[in-house]
Amino acid sequence: MQVEITVDGNPMQLTKGETLLSELRSSGVDVPGLCYNGKVSPTGCCRLCCIKDTKTDKVEMACTLTVCEGMDIQVFTPEIEGYRKETLQLILSEHHHDCMTCEAAGSCDLEDLAYRYGIDSSSEVYPPAYTASPVHETQVLVFDPRKCIKCYRCVKACDELQEKHVLDMVERSNEIRVWAGYNGIWKESSCDGCGECIQACPVGALYEKEAVRKGRTWELTSTDTVCEYCGVGCLIQVYIKNNHIVKVKGKDGPANEGRLCVKGRFGHQYLEINRLTSPLIKMNGTFVEVTWDEAIHHVADTFSRMLTTYGPHVLGGLSSARCTNEENYLFQKFVRVLFHNNNVDHCARLCHASTVAGLTRAFGSGAMTNSIAELADSDCIFVMGSNTTETHPVIATFIRNAVRKGAALIVADPRAIDLASSAHVHLQLKNGTDVAVLNGIMNYIYTQGLHSQDFIETRTEGFSDFINVVGEYTPERVEDITGVSSEKIQEAALLFGQAEKASIVFSMGITQHITGTDNVLSLANLALLTGNVGRPSTGVNPLRGQGNVQGACDVGALSSVYPGYQPVTSPEAREQFETAWGVALSDNPGLTVVEMINKAALGEIKGMYIVGENPMVSDPNTNHVERALKNLEFLVVQDIFMTETALLADVVLPSQAALEKEGTFTNTERRIQPGRRVVEPPPNTKTDWQIIGSIAGKMGYPMEYGTVWDILREINQVTPIYRGITPERVTEGLQWPCPSEDHPGTPYLHRGTFSRGMGLFSPVDFVPPAECPDEEYPFVLSTGRILFHYHTGTMSRKVEALDSFVHEGYVEISSQDADILNINQDDFVEVTTRRGRITVRAKISDRVAPQSVFIPFHFSEAPANRLTNDALDPEAKIPELKVCACAIRKVDVITLQKEGEE
Amino acid sequence: MNEQIVLNNVGSYETPASVREYTGKGGYEALKECLTRDPESVIREVEDSKLRGRGGAGFPTGTKWRYAASRKDTAYVVANADEGEPGAFKDRLIMEGDPHKLIEGIAIAGYAVGASHGFIYVRGEYSHCLNLLDEACADARKHHFLGNKIAGSDFCFDIKVRAGAGSYVCGEETALISSLEGKRGNPRIRPPYPTSRGLFGKPTVVNNVETLATIPAIIAGGSKWFSSVGTPQSTGTKLFPVSGAVRRPGCYELPMGTSLETLILTHAGGIKKGKTLKAVLVGGAAAGTFLGKENLSVPLSFEHLNQVNAQLGSGVVVVLDCDTNILDILVGIMEFFMRESCGLCAPCRVGIVQIHRLLSGMATGTIEPEDGIDRILSLARVMNKTCLCPLGQSVVMPLQSGLNLEVV
Repeated sequence: MQVEITVDGNPMQLTKGETLLSELRSSGVDVPGLCYNGKVSPTGCCRLCCIKDTKTDKVEMACTLTVCEGMDIQVFTPEIEGYRKETLQLILSEHHHDCMTCEAAGSCDLEDLAYRYGIDSSSEVYPPAYTASPVHETQVLVFDPRKCIKCYRCVKACDELQEKHVLDMVERSNEIRVWAGYNGIWKESSCDGCGECIQACPVGALYEKEAVRKGRTWELTSTDTVCEYCGVGCLIQVYIKNNHIVKVKGKDGPANEGRLCVKGRFGHQYLEINRLTSPLIKMNGTFVEVTWDEAIHHVADTFSRMLTTYGPHVLGGLSSARCTNEENYLFQKFVRVLFHNNNVDHCARLCHASTVAGLTRAFGSGAMTNSIAELADSDCIFVMGSNTTETHPVIATFIRNAVRKGAALIVADPRAIDLASSAHVHLQLKNGTDVAVLNGIMNYIYTQGLHSQDFIETRTEGFSDFINVVGEYTPERVEDITGVSSEKIQEAALLFGQAEKASIVFSMGITQHITGTDNVLSLANLALLTGNVGRPSTGVNPLRGQGNVQGACDVGALSSVYPGYQPVTSPEAREQFETAWGVALSDNPGLTVVEMINKAALGEIKGMYIVGENPMVSDPNTNHVERALKNLEFLVVQDIFMTETALLADVVLPSQAALEKEGTFTNTERRIQPGRRVVEPPPNTKTDWQIIGSIAGKMGYPMEYGTVWDILREINQVTPIYRGITPERVTEGLQWPCPSEDHPGTPYLHRGTFSRGMGLFSPVDFVPPAECPDEEYPFVLSTGRILFHYHTGTMSRKVEALDSFVHEGYVEISSQDADILNINQDDFVEVTTRRGRITVRAKISDRVAPQSVFIPFHFSEAPANRLTNDALDPEAKIPELKVCACAIRKVDVITLQKEGEE
Repeated sequence: MNEQIVLNNVGSYETPASVREYTGKGGYEALKECLTRDPESVIREVEDSKLRGRGGAGFPTGTKWRYAASRKDTAYVVANADEGEPGAFKDRLIMEGDPHKLIEGIAIAGYAVGASHGFIYVRGEYSHCLNLLDEACADARKHHFLGNKIAGSDFCFDIKVRAGAGSYVCGEETALISSLEGKRGNPRIRPPYPTSRGLFGKPTVVNNVETLATIPAIIAGGSKWFSSVGTPQSTGTKLFPVSGAVRRPGCYELPMGTSLETLILTHAGGIKKGKTLKAVLVGGAAAGTFLGKENLSVPLSFEHLNQVNAQLGSGVVVVLDCDTNILDILVGIMEFFMRESCGLCAPCRVGIVQIHRLLSGMATGTIEPEDGIDRILSLARVMNKTCLCPLGQSVVMPLQSGLNLEVV
């Protein structure tokens, strides 16, 4: 509500209850200040935004007052300005102003105020009052305490935005200083390098290490785009000089509100390292540089010849979740039109195929039901099978914000992941017993009468069959299956059941099982049982892994559906696409990722076109993948690097990275955001859509588009959920479904009615994992991701900063097991499964429970997927990457060397 | 000797922590009486007594209790025993000499505002007080003056004794609350005031030890009797810790309104032999005011001291003889502030350092008084207006009065 207040005698309309300082500033009253950061709680320590309350004659700080009706304040009287100038002189005296060499020169709030108040060195009245302190340097940042003005902005950003709590102030008086961790040595603290403190610093006390001497604000240009890493879809502002990225700041995007993680801020150096810059054709076992014409010709001719020779079932393609929506659309069109089959898939098959299958069955739509920002207002957040802090770091900060505001947090994970430390209950279940845990929780919710009878009656079907199954899962029985005490099951049930708004968040701990679809259905059951879907801050929310994995699915890079999840088996859908594309289309669902690999091994798939994927590292049972790819007659890999997969290719086509091209990306919350060309691509590379188009043209089906936006227009026409997301509207950050050009997008799904009409309960029984520990393989192995690396490491491992945080693969093993096996920290151990064997260093950590181990899959020299099981979920065809049985053995260095020599 | 309200039992016990000895002198009768009345009437009694806080600011105690009680939420009572003001040793005397009087006062406050938990935040250096208070609380629990169903009533209340970690500013109530919560002892922005959102976000009454130790007497003797002692605006008695160049330094409990002269000459035995009086630092050695000989007749009360631009503060009186150089004292005071500023707000953090430099320069002769004084005073006035808490705001008082006496 607008109320009238008096500012220096003049009436002003400001919003009641808002912070006076921000209201004044947004109304054009430029009140100075250094410590205020509207994103965190006010500190009121720089005392520069002082004002005088005319009624009480007291001096107060505008940053700590809220607007009240009838306020009468003095802002720019000589008295108040005098206080400011005096205080500013004091602050300047404790600041080492070597502006000549300061990274912040030109973008320093203190410098601006000194200019504004005319304080030059001759008018400085106070001698320097800062003390010499050592400069701190970490993998990513530099902290110069002499320039610190003790404004607390970094401390509060670390606490209140990132919830990392690494920083605080120590000592008193003007000896106070920012202190990281326990011993004050920043590099040894728990700082994970998100750099939120740098972004918060109003002066040059904190800055990006890699930006030093690379140029100052006025020398740089900046472009806003979407971060190319995970599915959160953070907006970034990229600063460029001479086509090099100097630094990155978080942009106020709807998904990140200015926050970033270490990869988003410091992870883009890969763009300039070991890029492919020429098309390559393998001749007699070695790659030879060729012209684009030769390469395109060769690819088109070979594919055409194979189609003529073998028929339409021998070719397949893998699309990429790192490419734009437009490129994914074009690729699936390419496969469907030119390979005459539906053998197109991508890595979503390995992460969320079971999500799409499960949620489509239960709700009618296989995506995150609600928005990231809504998590902040949840009363209870249930995180299951998602190590959110490491895989979706920025979302984890919003979860912790909610917990600080009072939300209950339930974490279900076999490992004591970081979020478990903030959880009210941590259900440390045995790997692969998710269905039993969920049935136990629902059993208790139902017996306690905490279910939503009204919702069940009016919005769902299938309840009675479902509840009969759940009835068998008493908390006591569930304890036997899962190892989670019945008390904890009950506690979790009460927290979830009693919450007014409860959100479920999950990721690959749920999906990568042979029971992946069952797990997802169980989560859907829980939401239906308690009426937690179709309202803000509720829902079933799968967190998608790669930057555009949601979009790649949306635009049809899946073997069973056309763009917009229209089944290839539906005659109406097929007819629509046949008309739009002008060709006859196959009505058989195509092969999925793992099926294509299997058929390749059998010789039934003979040629593959792989765009921006690295199955040699990402897919289960690597030895098998390698045999399969080597067995292909013709393999085309289109990538920005010579990946492990590209090495096996017959033709390698150099493409362009996300930051080098235009196009849209869809984040995990179904939000479409435009990616921009931030830097010029390396010479002699082409965008993926240009390459796909050229091959198509050569094969006799022209795919000519002037710009990427023309492709988006075609997507609009054939994809109902994307119809309203036109090139003109991409900057609006709309969330699908957006069925028309005047539709505002859909922040949360299933309001009033489910996409499929009624929400469907599914009775789900517990089924044990495909491979359980036995005498020969007594440990449970799980794999996953870590904060500092991304997917198969092709990008993140080239980045010096990220590599210096974690340089090599490892296996997490509990201290108890390490003792038994006589394994010390960093010892080499051999991990063996029925499918393969790798040697990695041991990391002793009680994050894992005894008898279980964890290996991150990013490291190609310690490839976790040589070990993993490629047993599939029967419905979604997702492999069980999260559970298999393994044996552990300590190996000494001498044995290793011998083996190396052999 | 005047009638003593607070120190009357001090020195008369064999074991000060013993409930039995305290009840033998009528102790805990006031608490029992309160438990037969409703909390509202207890608050009204304290309001009517016109008792004002003995810690420094002199805020009306009854009003503070009423604010907290009106929040209708779990409340806390905190006894501020972080006696850090140089020259102050009055609260220590109470805690060591008659701890149950404090405990009884806290319990009455707890009953009045609807609290079930109280804290005594004791200056960490007072290790003897800490042990003694722990013992006294244990004995009170044993005798059902703390814990469940106090003295057979439905009132449940207990006290935890907590040690400070050596920071002067933690005597400031919001910094004290931060410290009590286990956080860095920084003062907080007000509002919200502790009575609405204090300890752990709940309504909190923070009272000085002497204030709370006065409560049992008010209940026992009635507000009418209490307010008949002292002056109209400063009722009751006050403890005055006297130190410096006097013959009998010590803590004296006298009715409010007793003159400075009477305190120094009669009670403290006058100026040390062979010396003459130069000035008296009143209200606190750090946050106090220097009064010259011409002001010796001033009655020691909130209102009379205000008239001579001084404050009663915690009642500290430091007597300085003619050999003292006030400039040196000021340098010492600034050194103290330099150690004790929490460093949160810029004017205090840096201002004190710069004032200290200027004063030291003046004391050693490298800065001419005419160059230093104006700068110092204008800076101190800016600090008075803009600092976040009373620590930085009050620096101006000793500076202005001291420089007036010594230099000008």
